[in-house]
Amino acid sequence: MSDQAIPSGENAALQVRNLNFFYGDFKGLNDVTFDVAHKKVTAFIGPSGCGKSTLLRTFNRMYDLYPGQRAEGNILFHGKNLLDKTQDVNLVRAKIGMVFQKPTPFPMTIYENIAFGVRLYERMSKSAMDDRVEWALKKAALWGEVKDKLQQNGLSLSGGQQQRLCIARAVAVKPEIVLLDEPTSALDPISTAKIEELINELKSDYTIAIVTHNMQQAARISDFTAFMYLGELIEFNETGTIFMRPGKKQTEDYITGRFG
Amino acid sequence: MNLYNRRIWVNRIGITLSMIAMSLGLIALLWILWTLFSKGFAALSWDLFTQDTPAPGTDGGGLRNAIVGSGLILFFSMLISTPIGILAGIYLAEYGRVSKFASFTRFMTDIMLSAPSIVIGLFVYALFVVTTGGFSGWAGSLALALIAIPVVVRTTENMLKLVPTSLREAAFAVGAPRWQVSLKITLRAVKSGVATGVLLAMARITGETAPLLFTALNNQFFSTNMAEPMGNLPVVIYQFALSPYDNWVNLAWGGALLIALVVLAVNIGVRVAFRNKYKR
Repeated sequence: MSDQAIPSGENAALQVRNLNFFYGDFKGLNDVTFDVAHKKVTAFIGPSGCGKSTLLRTFNRMYDLYPGQRAEGNILFHGKNLLDKTQDVNLVRAKIGMVFQKPTPFPMTIYENIAFGVRLYERMSKSAMDDRVEWALKKAALWGEVKDKLQQNGLSLSGGQQQRLCIARAVAVKPEIVLLDEPTSALDPISTAKIEELINELKSDYTIAIVTHNMQQAARISDFTAFMYLGELIEFNETGTIFMRPGKKQTEDYITGRFG
Repeated sequence: MNLYNRRIWVNRIGITLSMIAMSLGLIALLWILWTLFSKGFAALSWDLFTQDTPAPGTDGGGLRNAIVGSGLILFFSMLISTPIGILAGIYLAEYGRVSKFASFTRFMTDIMLSAPSIVIGLFVYALFVVTTGGFSGWAGSLALALIAIPVVVRTTENMLKLVPTSLREAAFAVGAPRWQVSLKITLRAVKSGVATGVLLAMARITGETAPLLFTALNNQFFSTNMAEPMGNLPVVIYQFALSPYDNWVNLAWGGALLIALVVLAVNIGVRVAFRNKYKR
């Protein structure tokens, strides 16, 4: 771990520069600058309302759905600013997938849940699609449990399985970055462990950004950790450093449970 | 303790009053149904479905032309109103949540919901019947469609608003454009609720008389030509019930029972078929 440098330049998947975010008149993010490392896990921690989910939702322009929310600044992705009006938002979301706190399977079969996103951007034969669905479900460590019931409704799965289905769905469109917004906070400990294991495997192929309320989880699975408070990025460093030798008093107080 | 006793008495009085109110309503309803069923069943016979409405002074007769006419007019009015209503509902719920045009549309829909049906009949008469040169089944379908559309729009919008934001966001998060999210994800999530709305709209227009008086008029003979005046149950009931002939009055009761049975069947069927299905 110690040989990892704080990401910058070419080993960064996203370069966030002077990012400000507004909910109407309320400022949700204040001058955030840092890099998300390529094919690493970056965790965002901090008390409720600190802006970590807001930050994650700027990466795939999810806030665009809501009038009154806007972002200013730069998020460079392949050298282009994600926040530019000229960016094709749908294309951005296909490249930067997202998994949410509550499992949200689409109201269709397990197979169709995966195929839906793939069909949006790729034309392929039935057998190629079958392969892709199998591949995605294997990536999400769900194939063994559902391979005999691909035609069942996605809603018939358990909570943990539904969440892995959502991960499979995100992975199936072959994104470069996967955003996870508290993906395990609605799950039991066993499902949580499975998802964490999964994240560990996924990072060899994808850049992962995860928001979590659970500091042990951040410590277990992430390479870099960002601590946020009141819309500001207080400290960003390697996870080991943040948890063992935090540079700021606020970070230390939060990690040791003295506030938050 | 005094306060406690008082509360018990207030509770008893409240419950008694509401029970009385409920029984009054229920008695009226059962009375109507009872009259309808006793007189209607007496009029039910095979002839009702196989013979056409009789000329004045002739015996017997049935309602075949009116039943088929009503069926055709209803079918085409739902064919017009279902797609328009659902698409407008999607617009209101998915595209125009906060736009001025959407709130204007919502306002107009509410007005149309409460517009007297006779006004809609006159509107179609003035705009369609007069310009096309005569009463027709098409005009009837159009008038009924205008009554059904706001019902379908409102139910579709209300159903789509029940879709959790998280599902909508999840669909956008895989890169789906808004029209695909609307048609393939959110509409699909509430399809049984929307189907319920469509069927209830149909039940609503099944018994409408006033709009048909000015549009489809009536036709004593069997006809499947939508471009001509067309027999239909509500207008036949209206005319026959007021007539001096016993067999006509009888047929009117039979027709009234048929309509009531259809509306009841649709309402109950919808409730049973889609029970609990659109909770998610």
